[in-house]
Amino acid sequence: MGIDVKIQKKLGDFHLDIAFSSEARRIGILGPSGCGKSMTLKCIAGIEQPDTGKITIDLPGREQTEHRVLYDAAGKVNLKPQKRNVGYMFQNYALFPTMTVEQNIGAGIKGTGQDREGRIREMVQRFHLQGLEKHLPGELSGGQQQRVALARIMAYQPDLIMLDEPFSALDQHLKERLQHEMIAMLEDYEGQVIMVSHSRDEIYRFSEELLVMEHGSLLASGQTQKLFDDPKTKKVAAMTGCKNFSGAKPLDAHRLYLTDWGIEMHLEQEIPEDINCIGYRAHFFEPVWGKRGENCITFNLSGMDDLPFERRYYLRPEEGGNPDTELICWFVQDNERRELNTKPAPDYLKLREDALMLLHE
Amino acid sequence: MIEFMQSLDWSPLIISLKTGVVATIISFFIGLFAARKVIRLSYKAKAIVDGILTLPMVLPPTVAGFILLLIFSRRRPIGIFLDQQLDIQVVQTWLGCIIAALVISFPLMYRNARAAFEQIDANLVYAGRTLGMKESMIFWRIVVPTAGPGIASGTILTFARAMGEYGATSMLAGNIPGKTGTVSQRIAMVIQDGDYVTAGFWVIIVLLIAFLIIFLVNLITGSKMKNIKRW
Repeated sequence: MGIDVKIQKKLGDFHLDIAFSSEARRIGILGPSGCGKSMTLKCIAGIEQPDTGKITIDLPGREQTEHRVLYDAAGKVNLKPQKRNVGYMFQNYALFPTMTVEQNIGAGIKGTGQDREGRIREMVQRFHLQGLEKHLPGELSGGQQQRVALARIMAYQPDLIMLDEPFSALDQHLKERLQHEMIAMLEDYEGQVIMVSHSRDEIYRFSEELLVMEHGSLLASGQTQKLFDDPKTKKVAAMTGCKNFSGAKPLDAHRLYLTDWGIEMHLEQEIPEDINCIGYRAHFFEPVWGKRGENCITFNLSGMDDLPFERRYYLRPEEGGNPDTELICWFVQDNERRELNTKPAPDYLKLREDALMLLHE
Repeated sequence: MIEFMQSLDWSPLIISLKTGVVATIISFFIGLFAARKVIRLSYKAKAIVDGILTLPMVLPPTVAGFILLLIFSRRRPIGIFLDQQLDIQVVQTWLGCIIAALVISFPLMYRNARAAFEQIDANLVYAGRTLGMKESMIFWRIVVPTAGPGIASGTILTFARAMGEYGATSMLAGNIPGKTGTVSQRIAMVIQDGDYVTAGFWVIIVLLIAFLIIFLVNLITGSKMKNIKRW
């Protein structure tokens, strides 16, 4: 099992140039809208045609692996989408509006008669659509539509499934639960699944391997957990949701000067020489009262937002001396907020070494 | 009154209805086919092809009739070929009625179908393709039903236009009673004879049919919009 993609496509000013290869069962593509992630999926599905490149998938066969070429500019191969046997879930699900749920699910089934009926019934059961068989898509809720779309793809028995922003059309309160449901429903599926999203939460819980894209090209790729822990570059860190960045200058093997926040940090680990930036997630600051310890920053409170289960502080670093520096975000959970309410404002914020991300721009 | 109805020659109504039905059926399929092809053309090719296909709707019907006469006249190559090789006569025949009605009404079918197709979410077609459906299946099972209201109103308007065609028909098919004499030609003829009673009768029939058609179109296209708030 595996996919190998190396494609280029020009569309006006936009230039898609991406190469990746993965054997992971669940692959995520993260990137802002317009970065080319949906275009990449469409090229794999055969809906769009790249200008040049090659797309192949490896499928586990009974005796040996089948190596299927979907597209190869050099070998003049360009399989029709009908021949690629890949499933594609569209952002708006693209259910056929004049067909019932049953007919939608049956649309991709090749067999006829009993086989077909049986498979439709199986999918209706598996995706909890009992009682909705004769309904039209327009009569269903967003979550039900998504289940029909997935049932329709599964009934087709594709070798690869692609999900294009599958949750963006849903209400906020439905998303959480449906993300969980979707992962559970895909559990039995043997093939690879590629999901495209601009939401780091969705991608994080879904994917084993992650590709990060921007402006049509790949910024980073690797195991999802590793990329979130050690994003290496500022751009990738920002895309994984990191809010705080400061310029940095290594002073020696264990000391680092943070140029925007105006402090010198002492680290146990050895600091690579090419580090010029650090990232720090908003939830990981530790408040300190009284004596200033190691790796602490001083600040002036600039603003504060209270959310139902979280408080967000916006702080101006006192010592950096750079008037243009961005405000530091410090987010505290509800239980910590209650504790903070009983005390005066902390004097310092401590940076934990294990939460510090050493980056370069 | 009963006497009038009994003495009336009903053949124009039959001829008009038959012409309308046949021309509409042919327009329907050619119109859908043309619309499907045209929406895939490039921007410039689309402007040219669309212009040619729409021309008969914009031209005075007599101009269209003149061109048709040039093509099908038994003294010209195509007309000679059809007459001698295939034994098909167009000028002064019912076939001429159909061809005139077809040419004049076709753009209505084509334009309505095209507008309806352009409204369709391209993802529906892509979804059909990634589900392995044949292009013809996608067209007849997904595209046409989804474009249903637009196509239906196009069909009805095509029928109305085909049934009422006068200018091109009179030039190509003539007004032979019982053969090519349509309602619109009969009205023109009896007025020239000063028979305002018969003319008035046919006018009422035409008004009724026309209203019925518009009513049907509104019913079909309006059902989609019944949930929209009125101001």
